[in-house]
Amino acid sequence: MSIKETAQAVMKKAVQIAPDALMPGGAPDPLIRQKHGLIGTPVSRLDGPQKVSGTARFAAEFPMEGMLFATLKYSTIPKGKITNLDIAAAAAAPGVVLVMTHHNAPRMKPAPAFMSSAKAAGGDDLPIMQDAEIHWNGQPVAVVLAETQEQADYAKTLIGVTYETEPAVTAFEVAKADSEPGVFQGEPLLLEIGDADASLAAAPHKVDAVYRTPRHSHNPIELHAATVGWDGDHLLVHDASQCVTHTAWSLAEVFGIAEEQVHVTSLFVGGGFGSKTLWQHQTLAAAASKLAERPVRLMLSREGVYRIVGGRTLTEQRMAIGAQGDGRFDALIQTGVVAMGRHNNMPEPFILPARSAYQAGSFRLDVEAAKMDMVANTFMRAPGESVGTFALESAVDELADNLGMDPIELRIRNEPEKDPTTGAPFSSRHIVEAYRAGAEKFGWAARKAKPGTHREGEWLIGMGCATATYPYYRMPGGAARITLTADGRANVKIAAHEMGMGTSTTQTMVTADRLGLAMECVSVDYGDSHFPGVVLAGGSQQTASIGASVAAAYRKLITELLKLAGKDSPLHGLDADEVIGRDGHLCKSDELERRESYVSLMARIGREELTAEASAPPPLEFTHWSMHSHGAMFCEVRVNAITGETRVSRFLGSFDCGRILNPKTAASQFRGGIIMGLGLALMEETQFDERNGRVMNPSLAEYHVPVHIDVPEIDVIWTDIPDPHAPMGAHGVGEIGITGVGAAVANAVYNAMGRRVRDLPITLDKTLPELGLVP
Amino acid sequence: MNSFTYARAADVIDAVQQGTRVHAKYLGGGTNLVDLMRETLEQPSALVDVSGLSSDITEREDGSLLIGAAARNTAVAEHRAVRTRYPLLARAILAGASGQIRNMATVGGNLLQRTRCTYFYDNDGSRCNKRTPGQGCDAIQGFNRIHAILGASPSCVATHPSDMCVALAALDALVHVTGLDGSRTIAVVDLHRLPGDHPEIETNLRPGELITAVELPALPFAQRSVYRKVRDRASYAFALISVAAALDLDHGIVKDVRLALGGVAHKPWRALKLEASLKGQPATTQSFLAAVEEELADATPLPHNKFKVELAKRTVVAVLAELAGDIS
Ligand SMILES: Cc1cc2nc3c(=O)[nH]c(=O)nc-3n(C[C@H](O)[C@H](O)[C@H](O)COP(=O)(O)OP(=O)(O)OC[C@H]3O[C@@H](n4cnc5c(N)ncnc54)[C@H](O)[C@@H]3O)c2cc1C
Ligand code: SF4
Repeated sequence: MSIKETAQAVMKKAVQIAPDALMPGGAPDPLIRQKHGLIGTPVSRLDGPQKVSGTARFAAEFPMEGMLFATLKYSTIPKGKITNLDIAAAAAAPGVVLVMTHHNAPRMKPAPAFMSSAKAAGGDDLPIMQDAEIHWNGQPVAVVLAETQEQADYAKTLIGVTYETEPAVTAFEVAKADSEPGVFQGEPLLLEIGDADASLAAAPHKVDAVYRTPRHSHNPIELHAATVGWDGDHLLVHDASQCVTHTAWSLAEVFGIAEEQVHVTSLFVGGGFGSKTLWQHQTLAAAASKLAERPVRLMLSREGVYRIVGGRTLTEQRMAIGAQGDGRFDALIQTGVVAMGRHNNMPEPFILPARSAYQAGSFRLDVEAAKMDMVANTFMRAPGESVGTFALESAVDELADNLGMDPIELRIRNEPEKDPTTGAPFSSRHIVEAYRAGAEKFGWAARKAKPGTHREGEWLIGMGCATATYPYYRMPGGAARITLTADGRANVKIAAHEMGMGTSTTQTMVTADRLGLAMECVSVDYGDSHFPGVVLAGGSQQTASIGASVAAAYRKLITELLKLAGKDSPLHGLDADEVIGRDGHLCKSDELERRESYVSLMARIGREELTAEASAPPPLEFTHWSMHSHGAMFCEVRVNAITGETRVSRFLGSFDCGRILNPKTAASQFRGGIIMGLGLALMEETQFDERNGRVMNPSLAEYHVPVHIDVPEIDVIWTDIPDPHAPMGAHGVGEIGITGVGAAVANAVYNAMGRRVRDLPITLDKTLPELGLVP
Repeated sequence: MNSFTYARAADVIDAVQQGTRVHAKYLGGGTNLVDLMRETLEQPSALVDVSGLSSDITEREDGSLLIGAAARNTAVAEHRAVRTRYPLLARAILAGASGQIRNMATVGGNLLQRTRCTYFYDNDGSRCNKRTPGQGCDAIQGFNRIHAILGASPSCVATHPSDMCVALAALDALVHVTGLDGSRTIAVVDLHRLPGDHPEIETNLRPGELITAVELPALPFAQRSVYRKVRDRASYAFALISVAAALDLDHGIVKDVRLALGGVAHKPWRALKLEASLKGQPATTQSFLAAVEEELADATPLPHNKFKVELAKRTVVAVLAELAGDIS
């Protein structure tokens, strides 16, 4: 262990053993107790009318005076050097203003790679069009700027590139031979407790199999885009972003200017899922704009997203469980290899769920990364959990089958009392309730335990279930500003993001409840790097981060307000912790009649507005407690006995994610996650040609995601039990929905036809051979 | 996309005069051609819009049905005569693409849509004999799950993607075409070619020939017919395997049968061997299986599409059994 690692370990231990009261969340957020506010009521998204009427402006819709349109030309080899770039015809084509290549691009530093520092946003840290080197198949080699998009796109086709190829590693089997230990968020992805191999060997019952998940490409509806312009040495970027502050800081590093000189806005984002960070296109647009001295819009084509934005990488996981006859786990082993780019650090952490899902006598969890010459792989909705739960929860189902136990009962038998690998107490874990409620509502009792025994006509019908799990995170850097005005209204500014999840709506509700104001009296501004806070919309942490930031700003605001209000206020003598907001008033929390309205308070202090800005406390709570969201996923499939086609006919997700703030937007998040999970289970797969590292299906026609008819009625229910240690008692709900779905489907397929598919996606060529010869 | 001129054809003569110029292309609904132009796989310098030519669907005295080439796919599938007399055609069309695309797509364009081989589409980065003759074929050693198992060549293993054409092949449809030298008809089964050494030549049309109509001969037993499409998702995916079939039974004996397969070859595959072997046989699963095995005896699957052979057999047997069950 290095000195840094040792220090980290000591800190962690100290946080774990510290008294609860010293932790953020040690005293429950007062909003948890409040029962009559907006929280928990279904509120439609505030930006809905703008979105359906087309007035919501997305990154590629900002006009700028004199703007040019950009297009990218991509490399066709995985590794080597550009030996010749013939741009003469392109440069001479109608409307073309600039062709930028590594010969004329301005000198720039690489973007700091994600997680390399607090505000780093780069997908990788490769030089961006600075030299002739090619690092992956699809790397941008030229930018064309023209007066219209069509002119730019046409001119691009006239560029000729010759390469000198160098040996590349584009086959997983080759890369695997050289894999190295995975390190995620500064911690090795390796955990050993006891002698898992020996325990497995000795266990009377076991499963031990290899599960595979393929590469996935990001496909948000809104293509990645940036509209950029320079004003002297100040850069304005209208981006499609889930990390405006990170992007501003990182672009400043790239161009060698101060962070304040870069202004990134991103008011509306048409889906992020982990992909809307800093890839080469924003930098290239800004660089080309600088050269051309005109604003530039660069929207990637769908193909462009597949070529230069990383996706989820493939995994190969050995999953083994050893158990006693009563089902108790003696050994839990999940080890394997993932493919990873050479210039990023994202070893898909598929072991995360197994760290806290089950009690077991011994553990061995390990992720190795096999470096390949490919576009940097990245985060995609529940990275780690979505594919890790496929192996883990399939294996649990296999074991249940071996033991002749109901898979739900087997899970409950191994339910831990405290975190099985850290020993930390759970902050809130009601997974058993979620299973019971889900099973009841889904009609699990009707499942035939013996696989392959339920048939209707051509269709074999099966049911499966699986555990969903996703951690509660809150990242450092959260901060917010609240302004209270004389008319009793409040405005929040925070550099957070609305990617369609409903964040702006939900946070307006929460702020209104916290202040005791009507929803109409509260506005929340976000999506601007000049606002306070470093708030990544990722890791399902935004809700907690914003909540904790606004709570801190609120506390500071009220402290100031009470101080200024002075002796004549009925609230005189109370501090911020002794009052709550209610009906436009501040009230003594245990004596609600003792109160004064905001309007009156503001008049009393003689101010038009009062502003407070504060940072959220350091996020220690999820080290002190083991904090996770949970769910129980239930699926019914129909496998066609003739063709092997699998169709999902029913799905239910039963969630335990703390208090649900807005049932309407939360239900959409859960359903959206489940739909994406159905894609993962049944059809999504990036065709990466291992001969040359080229993605062969860069289009929504050939890269299959579920269409409407693939999606059945999806029921979602939740426990709604607040986590006493989380702001508002809530957990993020953006990612958990996709977890467990792959296994729930695979388990249902097994139940339907009696064969296991351990290799996603479950396409008919994998089920067909198991159906036996022609009927 | 390259720049091009655009003109609407006033009538067939006008269309053909414009369409026979070098680098001219007919434009139907544009749902395939415009995509290919965007990808620069097609680079016409003139588009002759023929979507305003005849789209009439006419029932003729000899019992045949004449469908104008500009008829939209949706209009054909919804037409009463098609639905009642040739249900396999209606079902084939409805199994294809999406509602929006079918509303745009024309019969002429559907016939001449090009393969979905992803190496064909990858203009910049892959080798393809169809796109650039003599270049080589990256699909043969690459991803070939959706490729051909019948009639392929060392030059090209692509499939024809149309659903509609499979039904037309089963129905012995005739394609009416007009060129500078006048008009003629071609059997739909002779319209498309196997790849051989020239996968770039996909049809037996002469340069500039315009498709004006498709004729469906009378086939009373097609009233009971089926189109079954097997695919990776429930809609909006091309066929892995599809089967169009009509069966005529006489006391449990196969009197006549028409069957074509999609997703297996460079053209819609009319299963003549199967048909010949089934005629006069009892309509049983065993004879269906024996016949389809004969049809597929020459199948040469690629590394990723071995499943297609088994899948085709199962689907054919199921379709024939369904038809036989319906009838008996
Ligand atoms: C996403 C997507 C999914 C699809 N899925 C399916 C599917 O599942 N099954 C399926 O069968 N199809 C599918 N299609 C293809 C669709 O059926 C075709 O694009 C459509 O039928 C083409 O018709 P069009 O009129 O638009 O042709 P166009 O694009 O206008 O033309 C296609 C070709 O035909 C030529 N042409 C057009 N009219 C004539 C004429 N009268 N005479 C001579 N030449 C002519 C054109 O020059 C061009 O070469 C899909 C398409 C897309 C984009
Ligand atoms: S199969 Fe045919 S279309 Fe596909 S790459 Fe080979 S030659 Fe081209």
